[in-house]
Amino acid sequence: MRATKLIVIPAIAAVMTVAGCANSSSGGGGGSASGTGGSSGGSNGLKSLPEQTKIDVPADAVKPAGDGKAVCAPTTTLAYVGAETGANAQLGINIYNGVQLAIDEHNKANPKCQVQFKKFDTEGDPSKATGPVTQAVNDKTIVGVVGLPFSGESKSTGKIFQQAGLPHITPSATNPSLTQNGWTTFFRGLGNDNVQGPAAAKLATTMLGGKKVFVVQDDSDYGIGLAKTTQAALPKADLVGTDKVTTGQKDFSATVQKVMNSKADVVFYSGYYAEGAPFDQQLVQKGFKGDFIGPDGVKDPQFIKQAGDASKNAYFTCPCIPGDLIPSFADAYKKVSGGTAPGTYSVEGYDAATIMLTGIDKGKTTRSAMEQFIRTYDADGLSKKYKWTSTGELESLPVYAYKVSNGNIVSAGVIPSS
Amino acid sequence: MHGLVTSLATVDSSWIQFDWSNLFQNFWPATFDGMTFGAIYALVALGYTLVYGVLNLINFAHSEVFISGAYAVVFTLSALGFGPNPPHLSLIAIIGDLLLACIAAMIVSAIVALIVERVAYKPLRDRGAPRLAYLISAIGASFAIQYIFFNWRSSNAEPAVIMFNPKPIFDVFGTIIDSQQLTIVIAAIVMMVATDQFIRRTRLGRGIRAVAQDPDTATLMGVNKERIIMSTFVIGGILAGAGALFYVMKVPSGVIYNGGFILGIKAFTAAVLGGIGNIRGALLGGLLLGMIGNYGQYLLGDAQWTDVVSFIVLVLVLMVRPEGILGSNLAKVRA
Repeated sequence: MRATKLIVIPAIAAVMTVAGCANSSSGGGGGSASGTGGSSGGSNGLKSLPEQTKIDVPADAVKPAGDGKAVCAPTTTLAYVGAETGANAQLGINIYNGVQLAIDEHNKANPKCQVQFKKFDTEGDPSKATGPVTQAVNDKTIVGVVGLPFSGESKSTGKIFQQAGLPHITPSATNPSLTQNGWTTFFRGLGNDNVQGPAAAKLATTMLGGKKVFVVQDDSDYGIGLAKTTQAALPKADLVGTDKVTTGQKDFSATVQKVMNSKADVVFYSGYYAEGAPFDQQLVQKGFKGDFIGPDGVKDPQFIKQAGDASKNAYFTCPCIPGDLIPSFADAYKKVSGGTAPGTYSVEGYDAATIMLTGIDKGKTTRSAMEQFIRTYDADGLSKKYKWTSTGELESLPVYAYKVSNGNIVSAGVIPSS
Repeated sequence: MHGLVTSLATVDSSWIQFDWSNLFQNFWPATFDGMTFGAIYALVALGYTLVYGVLNLINFAHSEVFISGAYAVVFTLSALGFGPNPPHLSLIAIIGDLLLACIAAMIVSAIVALIVERVAYKPLRDRGAPRLAYLISAIGASFAIQYIFFNWRSSNAEPAVIMFNPKPIFDVFGTIIDSQQLTIVIAAIVMMVATDQFIRRTRLGRGIRAVAQDPDTATLMGVNKERIIMSTFVIGGILAGAGALFYVMKVPSGVIYNGGFILGIKAFTAAVLGGIGNIRGALLGGLLLGMIGNYGQYLLGDAQWTDVVSFIVLVLVLMVRPEGILGSNLAKVRA
């Protein structure tokens, strides 16, 4: 068709322009392409954090096996309620495999107490979660639940658990408001978003040695809250600028320009990887040589895929323990998961189930006895010490630093809390 | 947390601040960055404008025509070995590969545009459906294509495809213009001028203008209306495909199932700002919209103001010139 031909000609002209441009610049720095990723710890004056290769588990960490002498009714059941399918299923799979492993270890060691395991799928969707949660609370054999994984679905179903008196431990929901509804059955098995902000500030200044921190937030509750606590925790002199972006934004050129103007050496992006990845990529492309820090919403293999080479400058904060660095746990987990290594929140799921299994072994086989048991629990788990406050928050809340190494996200150790 | 909630609920006396010095300081970077994205808006805006000129119809599925082209760019370049790291290829190889990706995107976008026309609009036209029906079927087509991509490619964006590392070319008022900005703006303007000339000077262009002016008389004069309509969709698709190449060049990880949506709305806005139905208006509207949004962002302090400023300017312009800056009639373009 004539139309097609005539339009393709300008297209060729367009590409010729690329040629011209690339040509005129190839003399300058043709071979430096791979160097623009910016290696942390080198030219930018910031410190580089060593990769953590092994985690020492507390010597007295409670194991699901117990003493092997437990006796319980054969109908005693623990449940997982959360995503098994849907767009965010991976997080749920990481968790219920951890729960499955704890129950398997318990049942193997305790022939007279075979705890059953039931799963209810919410697809991670707040509007679909009430059905499965109602099913779970109506099943009277269930004495404790691990879940729900996400903040939105936890928010919409906490009341149902409360009314049925069924205690549940969320291994991963981090919205701070969840413990402020007066729900006595809700327990959070990790630090909330309020501990990540100060940890991010610590990572940027003390650990990486940043002197000029630029904070960018998105328009989500998560991003706004986290940016606020991070800014509050940063020394005033170290905060050189802030900016706000929107969910779904793709072009960050103005924000990048502001970062460059501020001469920042560390950028903290308070939001999710969908915007964080193109933002980091555009920063590095404009010549930003400093480090990029994101919270657990950015810590995802997708970030590396989408930001590409630029992701070399990235660090993350996460109140989650790297399960793959506990060899005994990683090996046992692979047998349950069909070969995949433990993922984000696998250990937290395992720990939550272990606490409830210990309760069952001690004869707490009613819902109210289980709730009371969790409320007064005080012992180490694999990931941390578990002792709750009256609202259902943990007292000690380690946050880990992660970094990008050879295209993978690896742990760089616990961020000191003081 | 209570602190957070109260502070969000209380109206902060300083919630809006005009920072003129910030704007003047960053005027040139804002202009050049704005023009780069504006050029992409303009290429996509042409698709809206051409179809509107001929059918008086807003083709809301055009944003998905665009994103289909962007998927084609990513798939073609990935198959050619491009990835998240800038390629180590000779110049000729890069040009050849980009050309191939561009053609693939144009073909895919043109095919999608044609399918949308045949499936969503032609049956309605044949039955003389009311105008509202077209609007609904356009929105339906847009969602259908989005969720086909969602189910096929998941909710995540495609991995980054970096075409080349932008290199500084020259300096304007202390601001560096890089090869990427230059490529996108020049190539887009060349394509727009070519399209404009094509509509003005060729036989098919004359046909398009004739149908835009008066479809019935044009048919009586021997113009094949159906063929003209199909050609219009194909041309719009081809230009969206080119826009898709530049979009991926600018945002290497921006290809996601709903990635066309916001850009499509911006492009449509650009078309209205310049004068919908007017090809030169689309170019002007696109560049202006890109720049105005950026100015607003510097003036008011953050990116969340970009769209507020863009749309206030749009409303102000339409109050003074309801037909857009350059007026809105494709048919009145003089040959």
